[in-house]
Parts: sequence; C-alpha cells; structure tokens
Amino acid sequence: MLIGVAVAALLANTRFPGRDLVDVLFTAPLVMPPTVLGYYIIVLLGRRSAFGHAFESLTGVSIVFTKTGAVLAATVGALPLVVKSVRTAIEEIDRTLVLAARTLGASPLRALFTIQLPLASRGIVAASMLAFARSLGDFGLTWVIGGNIEGKTHTAAIEIYDAIQARRDGDAFTLSAVLTAIAVILLYGVNKLSAREES
Amino acid sequence: MLSVNIKMTMREFDLDVALEAPAGVTVLFGPSGAGKSRTLACIAGIARPNGGRIALDDDVWFDDRGGIRIESRRVAYVFQSLALFPHMTAAANVVYGIRDGSPDEKRGRAYAMLERMRVVHLAERKPGTFSGGEAQRVALARAFAMSPRAILLDEPFSALDAAVKKSLLDEVSSHLAAAKVPTILVTHDTAEARALGERVFFIDKGKIARSSSIDEAAF
Repeated sequence: MLIGVAVAALLANTRFPGRDLVDVLFTAPLVMPPTVLGYYIIVLLGRRSAFGHAFESLTGVSIVFTKTGAVLAATVGALPLVVKSVRTAIEEIDRTLVLAARTLGASPLRALFTIQLPLASRGIVAASMLAFARSLGDFGLTWVIGGNIEGKTHTAAIEIYDAIQARRDGDAFTLSAVLTAIAVILLYGVNKLSAREES
Repeated sequence: MLSVNIKMTMREFDLDVALEAPAGVTVLFGPSGAGKSRTLACIAGIARPNGGRIALDDDVWFDDRGGIRIESRRVAYVFQSLALFPHMTAAANVVYGIRDGSPDEKRGRAYAMLERMRVVHLAERKPGTFSGGEAQRVALARAFAMSPRAILLDEPFSALDAAVKKSLLDEVSSHLAAAKVPTILVTHDTAEARALGERVFFIDKGKIARSSSIDEAAF
C-alpha cells in the first residue's frame, strides 16, 4: 500500500519526463501473463541475479521460492490496482483546495498529507480492500515466484488447484466458496465506499 | 507596493497587465473572461507567466530568472469557491495558515479572528454545515489570520444575496483598512468595487484599458 500510494501521489501531482512510462510500468502487471512477470522477477531478483545474491548474503534468505517471494508476488499483483485507484481518488479532489493550502504556506508534501490523502481516504481504503482480494486470489505469479512449498508459500488459491488435481472435491468446493465469499464481501464494500465518495 | 507586470499567452488572447498596488484596496474590474483571475493566479504563483516581473517592494516574486514558490510569497488568496477544507473544522481551517507560535497560540489566534468575523460559534463545525455568508466569513478569517503580505480576493462575494453582502462588505472594509497591505479585489460588481476599493484598473481582453481613483471612476 505504501509503495502504491507513493507512486499514485507522484503520478497525480507531478509532471516529469517519462511520467507516462512510469504509469505504464506500474499498470502492466494487470495485463501481463503471470509467467512473463514471474520470469522477469526471477531474472532480476533470483539467486543468480546481483540483487538476489546480495539480499541472500545480507539476510540469509532467498527472495524467490520463500515466503518473501509469495509476499512479493502479492505486492506486484496488487500494485496496479492500488496505483490506479488511489491516483483516481487524488485526482478527483478539487484542485483549488490544494492551491489554497499552498497559498496558506503548505509545502507540496504537507498539502499531500493534510489535504489530499485525508480527502482520498475512502479511495485508499477501497484500494487496500481490492489489493487484499487480489493478493488472496493470486495463483500464477505466486506459483512462479513463491513455488508451492507446504507451510510457506502454499496459498489458498494453490491449495484449490492441488485439491482439484487430487480429486478432493469437498476441499476444493469449501475453499472456493470461502474465497468467493471474501471477494464478494470486499467488492461490495468497495462499491459502497465508492458510492459514498460520489455522493 | 505590489508591482505587477505580467505577459502571458492564453488561448483567447494575450494577457499583458501592468499595475501598481500600494497598501489599500485596488480593484481589478472587468467582464468575465477578461483575464482578472489569471492575473491573481500569476501574482499568487499558481500560474506562471511567460514574462514580466512581480515584486512586493524589493522582494521579487517572479522575473525572467524564474519565480519563488507559492508558499514563500505569503499571499492570502480568497478563491471564488472559497476553498475551505471540508474535512477540517472552521478553527482548523484558520489555524492551517498561521505559521508562527505554539499549537495553543495558533488556536487562540484562530478563535480571536473567528470572533472578529462573528463566526466563533462555528469554530468546531465543518464547512459542509455553513450558510454562504458563514462560509465567506470563515474564508476571510483564514485569509486575515495568516498575517499576509498581500491579499487577493477573487470575486469572493459573488454568491451572496444582497442583504448578506452589504453587511459583510462593511465589515471587510474595516478589516482590510486595518491590515494595511496591498489588496487586489477582482470583481465585475460596481457596488463591491465602490464599497471596498480606493483605486480601480479596468481590464478587458487581457489589457488594462484605463485606471483611476474609485471616486473618479466611470463604471
């Protein structure tokens, strides 16, 4: 969420060369196949990469095929939703309010924290709910980066796949129902928040 | 003395405004779309001219080398929409612009200013519940409380009915006289101009057409 809100605020408030490219980079995970995305992450952050090697030397833990990898997969998958939602919420705020804050002595950062983020709070909460739902339901990227390691990276979505493969129909049905219920409740909440924002 | 010389390319016409505003109220009078609000935006630092010079006494805010930041100009800007922060109480809105002092001192000064503007009873309420006149008074309290070096009023009375406007204009006139800083009032309302102004610049299609003292002005 922190990364997403920071990027959204940057894109909403500043004009800089390459802004559109940054926007595309943070939105791309929405439309890219998880295998392609996972491949890039393994190449960039895997054990054989410079960063992955340095990270493992410092922490003793590898990024990929660990809990860290599963968290990274959830983050990368959810980031576009957070950036898009929070950016829209910030851009919908009356620009005059920010300008008024600036004339009253606020720096751009103070205006962000005291005017824009509080007024975009419903959008930020909605974005966090979407991000949670997206992370909970992720399958492909988690599999590629996190692997399928029992007790570490074996997420609910992967367990459903395993249950189907093993013909454990009851388990597959129960977990699917739970994930569906969570997704429906979260999306209902997001819609309610959006409706209150519009009113 | 606020010295303004602005050159700016706009879609409909080129803005080319030169005026000097000493302490007291200078009226920028003209029809809608004449370039009045854009002139104020340039003075406040919200819009950036293509050329010219804006200075308060010896303090240059903008010239060919660039401009200083909005927050460094210490200009009170009362927007037409008032731009009260909807998530803050009236007191918090006023405190927002007060730069010096402890939190208690700032709060005390905000309450004192709200008292002077006769809206202290609204101090702990949020703007969504204010009437037009009340919101106007809170916005003016916020502008006066920041101890501005100049005040810009962008048609702040346009949404008020005649009775509310008359009583408010009388009070604002005395506050502006006490503030003793260059004040520019943008309006196309003759009564407002006569009630508050000391001198007037007539603007049309981005150019100053003529200027005079308010008593000699032919509106």
